Amino acid sequence: MAKRIDVSGLSAYYSGFKAIDDISMNIEPRTVTAFIGPSGCGKSTFLRTLNRMHEVTPGGRVEGKVMLDDENLYGSGVDPVTVRRTVGMVFQRPNPFPTMSVYDNVAAGLKLNGVKKKRDLDTIVEKSLKGANLWNEVKDRLNKPGSGLSGGQQQRLCIARAIAVEPQVLLMDEPCSALDPISTLAIEDLIGELKEKFTIVIVTHNMQQAARVSDRTAFFNLSAVGQPGKLIEIDDTERIFSNPSVQATEDYISGRFG
Amino acid sequence: MDITANTPAPPPPATRTTGGGTVTRPGDRIFSGLSRGSGILLLVIMGAIAAFLTIRAVNAISKDQGNFFTTFEWNATANPPVFGIAVLAYGTIVSSIIAMIIAVPIAVGIALFISHYAPRRLASPFAYVIDLLAAVPSIVYGLWGALFLVPHLQGLNLWLDHYLGWTVIFDQSNPGTAARSLFTVGILLAIMILPIITNVSREVFRQVPRANEEAALALGATRWEVIRLSVLPFARSGIISASMLGLGRALGETMAVATVLSASPVLSARILDPVGGTFAQNIAAKFNEANDFGRDALIASGLVLFVITLLVNGAARLIIARRKEYSGANA
Amino acid sequence: MSNAITDERPPSGAHVPPQHLSHRRMPRWSPAAIAVGAVALGIGIGLAAGLSSRFQWCLIALVLFIGGTYGMTAQVEGRRQAKDRVATSLVWACFVVALVPLVSLIVTTISKGIKILDGNFLSHSMSGVLANQPGGGVYHAIIGTLEQVGLACLMAVPIGLFTAIYLVEYGRGKLAKTVTFFVDVMTGIPSIVSGLFILAFWILILGFSYSGFAGSLALAILMIPIVVRSTEEMLKLVSNELRESSLALGVPKWRTILKVVLPTSLGGILTGVMLAVARIAGETAPILLLVFGNQLINNDPFNGPQSSLPYYVFEQYVLGTDASYDRAWAGALVLIAFVMILNVVARGIARWKAPKTGR
Repeated sequence: MAKRIDVSGLSAYYSGFKAIDDISMNIEPRTVTAFIGPSGCGKSTFLRTLNRMHEVTPGGRVEGKVMLDDENLYGSGVDPVTVRRTVGMVFQRPNPFPTMSVYDNVAAGLKLNGVKKKRDLDTIVEKSLKGANLWNEVKDRLNKPGSGLSGGQQQRLCIARAIAVEPQVLLMDEPCSALDPISTLAIEDLIGELKEKFTIVIVTHNMQQAARVSDRTAFFNLSAVGQPGKLIEIDDTERIFSNPSVQATEDYISGRFG
Repeated sequence: MDITANTPAPPPPATRTTGGGTVTRPGDRIFSGLSRGSGILLLVIMGAIAAFLTIRAVNAISKDQGNFFTTFEWNATANPPVFGIAVLAYGTIVSSIIAMIIAVPIAVGIALFISHYAPRRLASPFAYVIDLLAAVPSIVYGLWGALFLVPHLQGLNLWLDHYLGWTVIFDQSNPGTAARSLFTVGILLAIMILPIITNVSREVFRQVPRANEEAALALGATRWEVIRLSVLPFARSGIISASMLGLGRALGETMAVATVLSASPVLSARILDPVGGTFAQNIAAKFNEANDFGRDALIASGLVLFVITLLVNGAARLIIARRKEYSGANA
Repeated sequence: MSNAITDERPPSGAHVPPQHLSHRRMPRWSPAAIAVGAVALGIGIGLAAGLSSRFQWCLIALVLFIGGTYGMTAQVEGRRQAKDRVATSLVWACFVVALVPLVSLIVTTISKGIKILDGNFLSHSMSGVLANQPGGGVYHAIIGTLEQVGLACLMAVPIGLFTAIYLVEYGRGKLAKTVTFFVDVMTGIPSIVSGLFILAFWILILGFSYSGFAGSLALAILMIPIVVRSTEEMLKLVSNELRESSLALGVPKWRTILKVVLPTSLGGILTGVMLAVARIAGETAPILLLVFGNQLINNDPFNGPQSSLPYYVFEQYVLGTDASYDRAWAGALVLIAFVMILNVVARGIARWKAPKTGR
């Protein structure tokens, strides 16, 4: 299920503005990698280049290579739709389809991919909701609108929707920033379980969270406002938080700036 | 949005004048009185429209020797007067339905084109062009419809008659007659209401939360699937009310119908035949030859048109208002 | 919902994740190629079958284009991509379909209108010109339109402005809600109904006779809701801080509105008024019922029938001779030019003034 990601020489632009500059890194399968760094350092932009969501933004443009196992996401003949189908994403704010029920929300991606039989759909919806630790809370109201759930439940619904199509990689863009501490804890537990099956990349502003959930941590920074963001270092989370090799990382983690 | 909610109450009363001569209280009173009065005047006008039309209409209908709702012909100046709105109501509704069938899908398509498909460099000039299309006076559409569209539709009508004549709807009683029919009127009305439906729908599409679209994209949806999953469900009520605003416009259009349609008091299912009439067209056509009583009769038909457009527009506005509350609650 | 949850894949086999990211894709130029092919084939079929109407040619080409797109994409890329491409083609087709009548209308009006449009046409009335004679002009109609629209403005702008001020600055509670609703309803009144109302009220009941002023009364009714709506939008854009800072200085509310709020939104209000003028300048139906039309110059809008530009176009069309059709087109061109200039200037003002209102 899970694949490894090798990024080399990746730069992303918004029209004329260069948002991130020449980033290379490797992400191992079945690990959690956290991206940290000050606001505007390009970590979210970089995350969005990993499933070609960046180019959806008007003026968005990418240079460089992102290898998913042995295939380049930006190679010729690659359909961005297939890429996004293979690399799932969970967003900062929970965004269930407002007009759809809980069930239809989870089934949406499956229906797109041609799963039509009610029995198959039922099975996968249940499995995905269980996988997102949401099944027990919503099994009695599968046909109620998804927008009626609490924020934390909505976010787990979005995770269920993303894992229902069995992606290779799961990208999470500050998935807990709009949630209360209890819901955050639920999601963090869930991330720990999900890494058994998926390669997970998570952007977070919360350094404790990065320390809690991730195996590896990447620190991004920018030299000045208006300059492109850069990858400063990537290492095992333990090392980054105890003994980073770059001074800027230590400054950021110890709260000296950012 | 209630802007005045937080503003402090007006300055305390009884501060008449102070040295310099700034008269606070009366100025405020006059100003707020003027603006309140304008608002009330507007309601009075609406009430007066309903009242005066009804007075004249009752006068006319009470002397009508035919049944006002079922009579086909319109002989209000004859003695005794016999007139009814059956043909007019039928023609108004049929031509508007044809207009809606043509205009709504195309307008939604254009709105999607502007909001989701067009290259950015093309989108805003094109939206501008649509705005200009809305500004063309109806009489110019009428002139163009009568002198350009009518002759150019003749071939299409023959074709429809030949291949779809069996449906009766597209059958022509005399194949090859000039296309001065309800069908042509419908096409012309469709062109005229296209901009209003497009503009309102475009506005609604623009309001679709980016997050909804990204949710669909991240599941691996194609552009069309994004629209089907997140844009159209969100915009459905907006499209409905946009269409009803367009319908209101089509129902009341006068000049474009008056120039194109060859009217006669015949109620026919054959929409390609040059017969029929609409409320507004009948008023424009019969007005010059009408005596005072004939004018009252026309006012009576105008009242019916007024009520119909009122209902359609009111319904459209209610849908929009409900939608605002709905999306506000979820924001 | 089944109870037994297994990790096995559902038996249908439909839900197998894609093994490869890349698959066969249509070349970038394929939509254009299919379009060209479809149009060529459509013309070919049209010529071969001797179909006289261009509409049929276009319909055939359109059907071929959509069908071809679906068929080829389904073969190469699969059904989902095919549906996506068909949707794209349809949306582009809508765009083209919308352009056709617009271009045709503009081209026809200009090419036919320019024929007799000259200084003479603009400076003469129809005095002594018979229907089938060439010559004559539109001067009396321009005078009529300017006077009627001007009078309508004099009535509608203050009422509309004050109503909008009421709704934004003062209005609360039931009355404001009622006014808002009826402004919306009023926007939808057909022009002929407003004409009938003035006919019933002003002419049949009060006993006045046909005049330019009667027409401008009806035009004012059509104009008020447009002015209210656009002014309301503009006033709402003025930030609350601006109002409060003025009130906090001890400036009375009415002077705050007059000196702070209105000047800030002046550009937008002006745009709204001009668009409303453009809208009512093209109205024919009320003029038909209330102003009655005139071949001669009548400078007095309060006495006797007048003409107006849209009425002139209709009148010349109804006469039905070649000479009168020429005049109708020329009149339409003058009218369109007038309306379009108003529109372009109004939108120019809106764009020029927009940043100041902080959008």
